[in-house]
Amino acid sequence: MTVRVFIPGDAGAVAVGADEVAAALAEEAHAAGIDVAITRTGSRGLFPLEPLVEVETAGGRIGYATVYPRDVKALVAAGMLEGGPHEKRIGRPEALPFFARQTRLTFARCGITDPLSLDDYRANGGMKAIARAVSLGPAAIVEEVVASGLRGRGGAGFPTGIKWRTVAATVAPQKYIVCNADEGDSGTFADRMMMEGDPFALIEGMAIAGIATGATRGYVYIRSEYPHAVAAMEKAIAIARRAGLLGRGIAGSAYDFDMEVRVGAGAYVCGEETALLDSLEGRRGIVRAKPPLPAISGLFGKPTVINNVLSLAAIPFILAEGAKVYADFGMGRSRGTMPIQLAGNVKNGGLFETAFGITLGELVDDVGGGTESGRPVRAVQVGGPLGAYFPRELFDTPFDYESFAARDGLIGHGGIVVFDDTVDMAKQARFAMEFCAIESCGKCTPCRIGSTRGVETLDKVIAGRDVERNLAIVEDLCHTLKFGSLCALGGFTPYPVMSALTHFPDDFRRNRAREAAE
Amino acid sequence: MTDYPPFDPERARAIIDGLAVREGATLPILHALQEAFGCVPEAAEPLVAEALNLSRAEVHGVVTFYHDFRRAPPGRHVVKLCRAEACQARGGDVLAAEVERGLGTPINSTSPDGRVTFEAVYCLGLCASGPALMLDGKLFGRVAPGEGAARVVEACAS
Repeated sequence: MTVRVFIPGDAGAVAVGADEVAAALAEEAHAAGIDVAITRTGSRGLFPLEPLVEVETAGGRIGYATVYPRDVKALVAAGMLEGGPHEKRIGRPEALPFFARQTRLTFARCGITDPLSLDDYRANGGMKAIARAVSLGPAAIVEEVVASGLRGRGGAGFPTGIKWRTVAATVAPQKYIVCNADEGDSGTFADRMMMEGDPFALIEGMAIAGIATGATRGYVYIRSEYPHAVAAMEKAIAIARRAGLLGRGIAGSAYDFDMEVRVGAGAYVCGEETALLDSLEGRRGIVRAKPPLPAISGLFGKPTVINNVLSLAAIPFILAEGAKVYADFGMGRSRGTMPIQLAGNVKNGGLFETAFGITLGELVDDVGGGTESGRPVRAVQVGGPLGAYFPRELFDTPFDYESFAARDGLIGHGGIVVFDDTVDMAKQARFAMEFCAIESCGKCTPCRIGSTRGVETLDKVIAGRDVERNLAIVEDLCHTLKFGSLCALGGFTPYPVMSALTHFPDDFRRNRAREAAE
Repeated sequence: MTDYPPFDPERARAIIDGLAVREGATLPILHALQEAFGCVPEAAEPLVAEALNLSRAEVHGVVTFYHDFRRAPPGRHVVKLCRAEACQARGGDVLAAEVERGLGTPINSTSPDGRVTFEAVYCLGLCASGPALMLDGKLFGRVAPGEGAARVVEACAS
């Protein structure tokens, strides 16, 4: 009898030895005369468990956490391949509170199925959506997406259905679907997990977008820092093409759609949609002024749907189950679920998909379990390098677009980076300016020059020189960046800087006393 | 660890011609050239410009805009260490300083003997498993300051 074993091939598992574990397990099982079939899945998304090895048993899949190559021999001897007891045995992973509390709509298959098996994809609900989309036709698909309330998961939160409606209504000989997979925000990895763990969902979502809007070509623009995601998407696209899901007459319909992967080149600003389009066209990734909207004049001047990975990957669920089922989750104008990413100094770091409305405190303390270092949480940065730092006093903020905006923050792409009480918030504010200086595309003067002046001025503050006067300059600079930049890089860099200043004022005044003494 | 051949205009031209028909071919071409030669030298720019009907200035502008493209081949080992917030929160700054000291090579530079290139990277998507780095194309997470830094330095010793 063959024992089925599942080991993630996700970069987050590979980075802590999953490949070596898979090799060691194959060897050990062979030596023990046990026939094993190892499937490399995506990650379930609780990274402290990785490498997580799961064994199929009569009682479901049994997990063994943090299995390193050196542990394999003892685990096999202890009967791991029959689901036997061992200190690393965690039982059925889906029963762990971290997973049991989630509502996995977009990430339903991630970590469970073989990402490159179309049979697995179909057997777990895949391809149902495209069949329904074909029968609905373009106009009804667009209205379904509008009704779902889905908003751009990249950070801007623009209603996806409205974008699609604009592209559908614009007449042109060629239209494009562009997937923004330039996931550059620190603290985020959901796009990467999706592409590595369930790439067919993204392909299906893009193909549906193509049918809905009349676009026949698609591009997935993936950052070069994600070689595993690039490889997984390329393989999945080739498989989908061979199976007739891409190309002429997709899935047996009258619609044509094909797509390819393009790889970025280490420019954070290309995550901004218009800079991304310029980069795809082969140019410097410089932000464009809007209008014209990409939906009317986008890639190569043609009507273009540009959506984030998570927006497009949410489409198969919405089309398969209906807009209402999706919209029934969430609160206010934030409908559906958000794949939230808990990162940094957090005990239970990973991907937590849940309906909008959960509070920041529940996420950090209950789900995340506080810091990994065991020290008190001092600050969390929500929404990447352009997101605000929140102190514990604001942990009652519900996780939705409007609630965060009301507190001078943003949910961005759903990343939450946790810091303990050793963090120096003046240093973090300086880093925000430094990052902006490194990554500015140079189009807008406040961003290009203001960020460098910001670093210099914060250096003076940190050194204790003329603190109050220099902080006034920093505040003034932030104001200029916020209102004088075309895109979110210059426009939102003030969020981390100003939130650090507002909520953690003492960190900026540590050396003032020293100066007075001198 | 890769040894790259010196720039060869004939081979470069073949690479460029193979990709020039694609829409927006500049980045795919530059990536392919860098994969072949370890860098995109200035000598490649007129070839790309000619094939894509661009000015040399435009191609130069693209090559120099993106952090990925190098003007000279990297060292025999390449360490890309994440310097972004999620890794900072997990001891990334201490790790970076230790690796820098151990390699004797400042971040964002190549050692004079061509042994190692040490670069900052802003996020590898391993934000719950930091500090993270990429060593010769292989990812490593939970790289502990001290022991982990020492292993990186040792791997780059030869």
